[in-house]
Amino acid sequence: MDWLNDWGLSIATFLPAIGAVALLLIPSAKEKLMNTAALVITGVTLLVGILLCFEFDYGNAGALQFELNKEWIPQIGANYHIGVDGMAFPLFVLSLLVSFLCIIYMRWHVPEPGKPKAFLALVLLLETGMTGTFIALDLMLFFIFWEIVLVPMYFMIGIWGGPNRQYASVKFFLYTLFGSIFMLLGFLALRLNTGTFDIVQMVDGGVSGSSMFKNLVFAGLALGFAIKVPMWPFHTWLPDAHTEAPTVGSVLLAAIMLKMGTYGFVRIAYPILPDAARDFAPVIGILAVIAIIYGALCCLAQTDLKRLIAFSSVGHMGFVMLGLATLNDKGINGAIFGMVAHGLITGMLFFLAGSIHERYHTREISELGGMLAQIPRFGSLFTYAAIASLGLPGLAGFWGEMLSLLGSYEPGAGLSPALFRVLMVGGGIGTVLTAGYLLWTIQRVNLGKVPANFEGKPIFDVQPLEWIAWTPLLVLILVAGLFPKLILHVTDGAVQGLVGVLGG
Amino acid sequence: MSQELLFAVEEVASVAREGFITNFMWLVPLLPFLSFFVILFFGKKLPGKGHSIGLFAVAAAFVISLIGFIDLASGAETVEKSFTWFQFGDGGESLKLELGMNYDFLAALMFVVVTFISLLVQIYSTSYMHDDSRYTWFYAVLSLFTCSMLFLVIANNLIQMIVGWEGVGVCSYFLIGHFWEEKPNSSAAMKAFLTTRVGDTGFMFGIFALFFAGRTFNITELNHAAETASISEGWLTAGALLLFCGAVGKSAQFPLHVWLPDAMAGPTPVSALIHAATMVVAGIYLVARMFIVFEHAGIALDVVAIVASITMLIAAVLALVQDDIKKVLAYSTVSQLGYMMAALGVGAYTAGIFHLFTHAMFKALLFLGSGSLIHAVHSNNMSDMGGLRKYMPHTFKTFIIGSLALAGIFPLAGFWSKDEILGGALRAGLDGGRFVGWVVFITGMIVAFLTAFYMTRACVKTFWGEYRGHGQPHESDGAMVTPLWVLAILSCTVGFLGIPVIGVFADWIFVPGEEHYGFSTFYNLVLPAVSVGLALSAIWLGWQMYAKDRFKVDILSSPFAWVYRFVENKYYLDDIYLRGVVKPIQYPIARASNWFNQKVIDGIVNGAAAGSVKQGRWVYKYLDQKGIDGVINGSAGLTGSTGGLLRYIQSGNVQRYAAVLFVSIAVFVALFAIV
Repeated sequence: MDWLNDWGLSIATFLPAIGAVALLLIPSAKEKLMNTAALVITGVTLLVGILLCFEFDYGNAGALQFELNKEWIPQIGANYHIGVDGMAFPLFVLSLLVSFLCIIYMRWHVPEPGKPKAFLALVLLLETGMTGTFIALDLMLFFIFWEIVLVPMYFMIGIWGGPNRQYASVKFFLYTLFGSIFMLLGFLALRLNTGTFDIVQMVDGGVSGSSMFKNLVFAGLALGFAIKVPMWPFHTWLPDAHTEAPTVGSVLLAAIMLKMGTYGFVRIAYPILPDAARDFAPVIGILAVIAIIYGALCCLAQTDLKRLIAFSSVGHMGFVMLGLATLNDKGINGAIFGMVAHGLITGMLFFLAGSIHERYHTREISELGGMLAQIPRFGSLFTYAAIASLGLPGLAGFWGEMLSLLGSYEPGAGLSPALFRVLMVGGGIGTVLTAGYLLWTIQRVNLGKVPANFEGKPIFDVQPLEWIAWTPLLVLILVAGLFPKLILHVTDGAVQGLVGVLGG
Repeated sequence: MSQELLFAVEEVASVAREGFITNFMWLVPLLPFLSFFVILFFGKKLPGKGHSIGLFAVAAAFVISLIGFIDLASGAETVEKSFTWFQFGDGGESLKLELGMNYDFLAALMFVVVTFISLLVQIYSTSYMHDDSRYTWFYAVLSLFTCSMLFLVIANNLIQMIVGWEGVGVCSYFLIGHFWEEKPNSSAAMKAFLTTRVGDTGFMFGIFALFFAGRTFNITELNHAAETASISEGWLTAGALLLFCGAVGKSAQFPLHVWLPDAMAGPTPVSALIHAATMVVAGIYLVARMFIVFEHAGIALDVVAIVASITMLIAAVLALVQDDIKKVLAYSTVSQLGYMMAALGVGAYTAGIFHLFTHAMFKALLFLGSGSLIHAVHSNNMSDMGGLRKYMPHTFKTFIIGSLALAGIFPLAGFWSKDEILGGALRAGLDGGRFVGWVVFITGMIVAFLTAFYMTRACVKTFWGEYRGHGQPHESDGAMVTPLWVLAILSCTVGFLGIPVIGVFADWIFVPGEEHYGFSTFYNLVLPAVSVGLALSAIWLGWQMYAKDRFKVDILSSPFAWVYRFVENKYYLDDIYLRGVVKPIQYPIARASNWFNQKVIDGIVNGAAAGSVKQGRWVYKYLDQKGIDGVINGSAGLTGSTGGLLRYIQSGNVQRYAAVLFVSIAVFVALFAIV
């Protein structure tokens, strides 16, 4: 299937955007039809993604596949250069999957103030931006996709968000924009230095110039990526955005968008500027471990369930960044595994948090309780997701954390083992704290007796559409936990290549 | 001709035998794994609300385990097989993780113990848990637990082991908190999980240390590397001590033993299976599995012996002051785990595993017996019991057998294994010249006395005197009594496997490649005479004090009242952990972090803009303010419906953001220009 090899990625990327335009043609009154249309669009997109899964050459996962390079804006030398390797492919597929599940979930519920047409169109547009980011091999293209993502999410939070949505959406938009402008400056500096926007060429040709120059460019890129991840201390937009965002927005934000930042490191900053990466790795590692411990501590203090899950993302992405900071194959493989695992698990947790709000009309942990007694199936899913999130072996959360810590024991590229072992111990303390806040949350939300104000109320258990939207995530959390090879087999080839560039 | 036929038959049999372990042992963990999912998804619609599936799976697993064990005992080779779970680098040069089985006598013995006790407990639970509202879930978790435990046992590498290890941990969490409507139960479950996780962190780091020292996770290879000194002693010591942290947590050794007594909040059959016979011995199993590493790891075994000695002593003392019968047994378990660990610490490997084996029988018996009592009187407290020997003759007889076995009375199971440990300790002290040998020996003697004493106290309070509870207690039904008798018979007999010189146990379980002592080469009659004498005198003393009301000392008005308070408060360890660590993190530190987040970091984000505006106003003036405003207002205008947003943006906050943005970029551009 040649067309799939050449155009599969492009179809999967742009079909949702085209669909978004098509949606606008459907009369606003036909809400069900609109959702069905969006479902078909994301479904077909996912199907293309699945076909690509069969076409992908797993034995050669280190090489770029489904590559396409066409002239795009010759005036500035930007090309439409796309392709995926083992690091990008899992995230690409994850984006398609989660977007599809979000549309299914929205069949069940569209948040206030309604207007499903606009909402669905934004989700589709967001999908294009996210998928595009993971396939772009040209800095300009990458930047465009990166920025495309901002706008739909901004409106999603700003229009369909919670009471404090205006503050949260503006903060999200400007903070990320703030970062991406430094990123863009970095891109331009690289363009001036190497004469191309092409990532592959840059990696092959290398960047000339003083180490000061390289470090400065790296700092610019890293700031842009770090805000997206978000790394401590650039994370404060995240809890606000998550808390205010509608459920689907939170899910997409946590499951996919955060990974754009970490992906930026492995696709752009690391391979193009390996020397600078070595200089910065200790700082990244330290910030990562601060994020792990600090995130867990903040989680303990949260009273709002959704905000708690948001802070848990800070900690989990800390593990991902710690893995990246090790600059060796164990850590980076673990980091990419961690990205996928976090996408599945935290995506699931945000779905659950949203559905809790629909049922109880509150997310205050102190008002909730006894969910397992009142809605046992739902409560079981909550326990399952929370336990996956605390990194239980056998479920997806474990391998990413374990490999990140393992990588820290003996970091690559001549980094100081002493420092990284201290960081490893810090991360280990983080795993205990993480278990602490998650089990405590289970105890407060799930266990105990049903609170008086919900006693006898018709709180319904998991709905059929919820089952459909969630089952893939639930199954994948288990499958990835039992057969980590499914992901690590894909990532390792590409990671070995990256580690080779980094000198590990 | 007939000779040839016989030869051929023998050959066929040996081929089948050779294949058996390889071909069928992996089924043993798999069966309960599958039964977990079947019970979980279809259990409520199945006969027996799911228990029949659980029982069938574990019974089949037990039969296979038993055949496998007999196979080994009749001369079959041990099997180590694996396939790659995942690997990094070409052919796994950087990291290779296997999923495999390492089936030797140690694993085979554990298989038999785990599946057997699990089978009995599941039979028992059909009656004990009969009215439970989460009966199906209970059986599902029992299956998952059995699977995880077997997965841990069969593991041929440490990562696989920690997967099973955490798996049993989470099952333990679910089962301790089974009655989660009441907060103390769910708190106990959390305490168990978190306390063991503290140790598990060390365990994980130990695995890392050994991995980077030996470039493998494989247990056999690591032991081999230790033996051939291809890993330096320093790294072995670090690795072994870190692994031991995991064992300290899981096997409830001092100072992480605090979770096990609280774990008694779970249903009693669970206490018998998980918190006495199987899961809690995982730590012992770990040290035994990695024994050669420990042996070559400098002070590691000494540390093991000291920690174990402290554990067995302090726990035995705590067992003296409990009123809750399950707590007596829980502290007794902690103490006996200390015994096993101490045995490994002094090098009495065979004795330690033997005690693990016999203890599984009589402690499971005692727990199931206590369950029968609790079922009858609806209380855990011995102050609500008394005189029950008249009402519950089967429970009474079996419980006494279990108590005598635990107390180490000849010729019951506990006698043989306990004396081997004391003998091993003495040998380490006398022949080996190891100080810790003496420590373990003396502590072990004291604990032998204390054990007999606290069990006498418990038995007298429970079975003699007048009944102090409510209602009319009655003997439990056959599903509960039968396992009691099975275990009681085994508590009398399994000890004979390890009779010195003639017992076969030492032929099965020994440190590979080493002269195996303990059973055949070191023994005399004085030691058992002294230890049994101690135990008998403790029983006599206990009888006098609790049955005859003699030698009573009012300790609370004596100068040693503080000792009593010290013990009664569990040496204040719980208070130190809770008030010194958990609560401070949970409240002040967490809140301070959150405050720091909202006021400082976010404050900088929100406030830096304002500051920059003031200081950078002159820069700002030169920028086209209207242009920027126009862009932002324009984008906000797209929202249309949210006029509030527009108003917000015009309120100036965004301008502050924009100011920071442009000031920073200006600085950055300037830097670029300089470089």
